[in-house]
Amino acid sequence: MMREFWHYFRNGLLGENPVLKLMIGLCSVLAVSVRVENCLGMGAAVIFVLTCSSLVISLIRNFVPNEVRIPIFIVVISTFTTIVDLVMKAYLPPLSKAMGIFIPLIVVNCIIMARAEAFASRKPPLLAVADALGMGVGYTLVITAIGIVRELFGYGEILSHPVFPRAYQGMMAMILPPGAFLLIGISIALLNWSLRKVKS
Amino acid sequence: MNTGFLTLFKIIISAAFVDNIILARYIGLCPYIGMSSSVANSIGMGMAVTFVMVLASIVTWVLWNFIFVPLGLEYLRIMVFILVIATLVQLVEILLKKNVPNLYRAMGIYLPLITTNCAILAVTFLGVDYGYTLLQVVVYSISVALGFTVALVLLAGIRERLRLARVPQFWQGYPIVFVATCLLAIAFLGFKGLVK
Repeated sequence: MMREFWHYFRNGLLGENPVLKLMIGLCSVLAVSVRVENCLGMGAAVIFVLTCSSLVISLIRNFVPNEVRIPIFIVVISTFTTIVDLVMKAYLPPLSKAMGIFIPLIVVNCIIMARAEAFASRKPPLLAVADALGMGVGYTLVITAIGIVRELFGYGEILSHPVFPRAYQGMMAMILPPGAFLLIGISIALLNWSLRKVKS
Repeated sequence: MNTGFLTLFKIIISAAFVDNIILARYIGLCPYIGMSSSVANSIGMGMAVTFVMVLASIVTWVLWNFIFVPLGLEYLRIMVFILVIATLVQLVEILLKKNVPNLYRAMGIYLPLITTNCAILAVTFLGVDYGYTLLQVVVYSISVALGFTVALVLLAGIRERLRLARVPQFWQGYPIVFVATCLLAIAFLGFKGLVK
């Protein structure tokens, strides 16, 4: 059981990384990754919603009629999203403001729906949690990596601490949308390249 | 009257071009990447999104202003809006299938995909957040959908050409699509500053 747990956990990190391999949940990755701080907040929010909803969906999987499963999944997911939204608004108002509409949009983050449909609704709770944690951490790793590059070159800072000398002007392109699109393209190409390298 | 018209015009330009929902706000990327393999598909998807987006904005606006705000139920927003959209999509699908089979054939297969399209949900949230009137919400959602369709069709055109191009091995597939998107986004940056 423990071995299976790790197998599914690792699966989400690299081999089936939700963002780079499955191409889902992209919107928030690009929108939030301007600052590393936002990336960590978003990652935590997604891990929470993904794990809790996977657990609940896996627990109720035998009672849910097949025809109405999608609305039921949506209700479960949106409950946890509402919890995250309200908690962040209450305790971390600056972070909540920085991420804006992307917190409520977690509810339509395709990663969560896709994992609920493809995995959690078919597997026992422990494995569903393993898969959710793996996918969530895989998502957080990618978003943070992109966030580090964008904040470093865009502002010359990491977690709002200056890294480059004061004279550094900051690359506007990294903060603006084009830089984000280019970076995600480069990271997918890099992942393809490294996976091919590992295989051969 | 005159200033009202000007506001509407501003909403159209900023929603469709300056704040293009995909290229400037990064919302709705999944269908953008997934449905842009051919121009015909992208037009069908654009139509379906426009249709549902306008309907959803109207319904959620009415619910929000006449039920949720008076009763102080704002915290239920996420759950109710997503359920409204899911129900609406089902309803539209059934009605179209029965009454307008031609239109259903053109955009029917795209409808189920729209339920979890973040662009629709985002527009319903934003329309409420901006405090628009009903007319403004209608105009806003139409222009956002227009911007979405323009970006989608543009990318589909590029991807049809890309099929003939010789792309380096590791850039084939999604990476080159993102590079193309990057160039499109740079072009759309040109609209910045058009509306204050």
